[in-house]
Amino acid sequence: MKHNMIQTEKLIFEYEKRDEEGNVIGTSRAIDEVDLGIEEGQFIAILGHNGSGKSTLAKHMNAILVPTGGTMWVDGRNTKDPQELWNVRQSAGMVFQNPDNQIIGTVVEEDVGFGPENLGVPTDEIWKRVEDSLKSVGMIEYRHHSPNKLSGGQKQRVAIAGVIAMEPKCIVLDEPTAMLDPDGRKEVLRTVRELRHRKHVTVILITHYMEEVIYADRIFVMDHGHIVMQGTPREIFSQVDTLKSYRLDVPQVTMLADELRKRGLAIPAGILKKEELVEALCRLN
Amino acid sequence: MIRDITIGQYYPAQSILHRLDPRVKLVGTLLYLISLFLFNSIPGYLVATIFLVSIIRMSKVPFSYIMKGMKPIIMLLMITVLFNLFLTRGGETLFHAWIFTITEEGLRTAVFMAIRLIYLIAGSSLMTFTTTPNALTDGIESLLHPLNKIHVPVHEVAMMMSIALRFIPILLEETDKIMKAQIARGADLESGNIIQRVKSMIPILVPLFVSAFRRANDLAMAMEARCYRGGEGRTKMKPLRYKSRDRMAYIVMAVYVVAVVVIGRYVPFHIWIF
Repeated sequence: MKHNMIQTEKLIFEYEKRDEEGNVIGTSRAIDEVDLGIEEGQFIAILGHNGSGKSTLAKHMNAILVPTGGTMWVDGRNTKDPQELWNVRQSAGMVFQNPDNQIIGTVVEEDVGFGPENLGVPTDEIWKRVEDSLKSVGMIEYRHHSPNKLSGGQKQRVAIAGVIAMEPKCIVLDEPTAMLDPDGRKEVLRTVRELRHRKHVTVILITHYMEEVIYADRIFVMDHGHIVMQGTPREIFSQVDTLKSYRLDVPQVTMLADELRKRGLAIPAGILKKEELVEALCRLN
Repeated sequence: MIRDITIGQYYPAQSILHRLDPRVKLVGTLLYLISLFLFNSIPGYLVATIFLVSIIRMSKVPFSYIMKGMKPIIMLLMITVLFNLFLTRGGETLFHAWIFTITEEGLRTAVFMAIRLIYLIAGSSLMTFTTTPNALTDGIESLLHPLNKIHVPVHEVAMMMSIALRFIPILLEETDKIMKAQIARGADLESGNIIQRVKSMIPILVPLFVSAFRRANDLAMAMEARCYRGGEGRTKMKPLRYKSRDRMAYIVMAVYVVAVVVIGRYVPFHIWIF
C-alpha cells in the first residue's frame, strides 16, 4: 500500500446528546464512515458548510478527538494509540480559527518557541528554528513585538510559524481565515502557499471560502459527516449545481462562466480564474 | 482608568537594570524591602536614599514615571501618616487642641513611616518597571523550583501567571466592547447609587466570563495541539543564566544591606531635626 500522510478507514465520530440533567438521550454522528487518503506533500482542501463535520475531521488529525468508530492513521500512526499521541501531534501541526486564542507567548518569538520547548529541543536549536520559521512566514521583523499589537493576519502567520517550528510533516489549518478581513485572508493564504513550496509539507486547509481552494491539488467536499465530492478544483467547480445543493458558493468567475455556458456559449466547465474566462471568451470570436 | 495605572507595568528602556537576571532583581528587591525595617535613624535613611536614587538613575526610568505610580497609594499614605501623627505618644508635646495631640515621637514615627512606605513602593515598582512579565515569571519559577520537592506545582503556577498576563489586554479590550454593546442597547452604567451600579455590572460580567471560559478552552486545545504536557521534559528557549553583572549586583546588594544596618544602627548621629 502506498504510504499516505493521512489515512482513514470507516471513520466515525459521535457526539452524545444530553438533556438538561446531563443524561444521554442519544447520539449524533458528526462524521459518518469516512474513507479518506491524503498523500504526502499535497495541498488538500476540505470544504463544507457549517456543521458538515469538517472541523471535527480536522481535530482527529491532531488526535484532539479520537474516533468513536473506525481508524485514523497519521503518518502511519494510529491516533487511538495513547503511546503515539505526542508523535501524532508533532507530525500533524494544527492552526486554529481564532488568532487570539492560540498565541501563548507575550512576545512573538517566545510564542514560536513554545512548541519546540515542549518537544524538549535544545536551546540553540530552538533559536535556529524560531528564526527560520519566522522568516518563512515573513514575520521576522516582528520577533520582539507583543502579539496583541499585530493584525489578525499577522497573528495567524505567527501561529503558523509556531507550528512550523515543531517541524511537522503536515499542517492542518482549521478555518484559519474565518475571523480575518479580506486582506488578512489573502496574506495568510499566500503564506500557506509559499510555505508548501519551501518546506515540502502536506497542507490540509479546512474552509468554507471557495476562493481559497483553487490552488489546492485535491478537494474534498463534506456534507452531514460524509465526503460527498472529491477531485481537482477543476473537476469540483465544473459541478456548480451539485455544489450549490451542499450550500456552498462557487467563486464568482466560475459562476458567471457556468451561467454563460448554460446559455449556450462554448465555454469549458470548471473555470477558476478571471484570466481563464477572458481567454475562453476571446476564443469565441 | 485602568490604563492609567503605571504601578506594576513594564517600562521599556536599555539599562543595566533592565538587563539584569530577574532572579537578582527579585532577591534584591526582597532584601531591599527587609532592609527598610532594620534601622530607624537618619543616617540609615540617608544610606537608603542614596541607594534608591542611584538605582533609579541607573534604571533610566524617569523619576516622574515612578511618581505617577504613587498616585493610587496616596490615600493609604495619608491614613498611615494621620494615625501615626495623632496616636503615637511620647516625648514633648508639640501641639494640642481639643482631642488632637501631636507629640515629638508621633511626628517622628509619622514622617519615617511615610518615607518607608514611599521607598517600599518605589523600590518594588522599580523591579516591575525594569523586568518584563515573562522574565518575572521565569525568575519566580526558577527561585521557587526547590518547592517542587514538596509537590508544589511551580511550573504550572508560573505558566498560569504568564498566560494571565498575556490575556489581560485581550480581556480589557473585550470588556470595553461588551460595555459599548450594552450601552448601545440602553444599559445605564453611570447613574444610580452604588448598589444599582454594581447591579448594572452584571450584564457586562456574565458575557465576559462566558467568553473568558471559551477562550480558556480554545487556548488549552491549542496548547495541547502544540504538544504541551506540563513542565517535565521541557526545554527553555531563554534559560536563565547568571552573568558577571548579576554576580556584581548581588555583591552590591550585600554591601548595601550591611552598610544600611551598620550605619543605621550603630553610627551615633543623633541630631534630630525635630
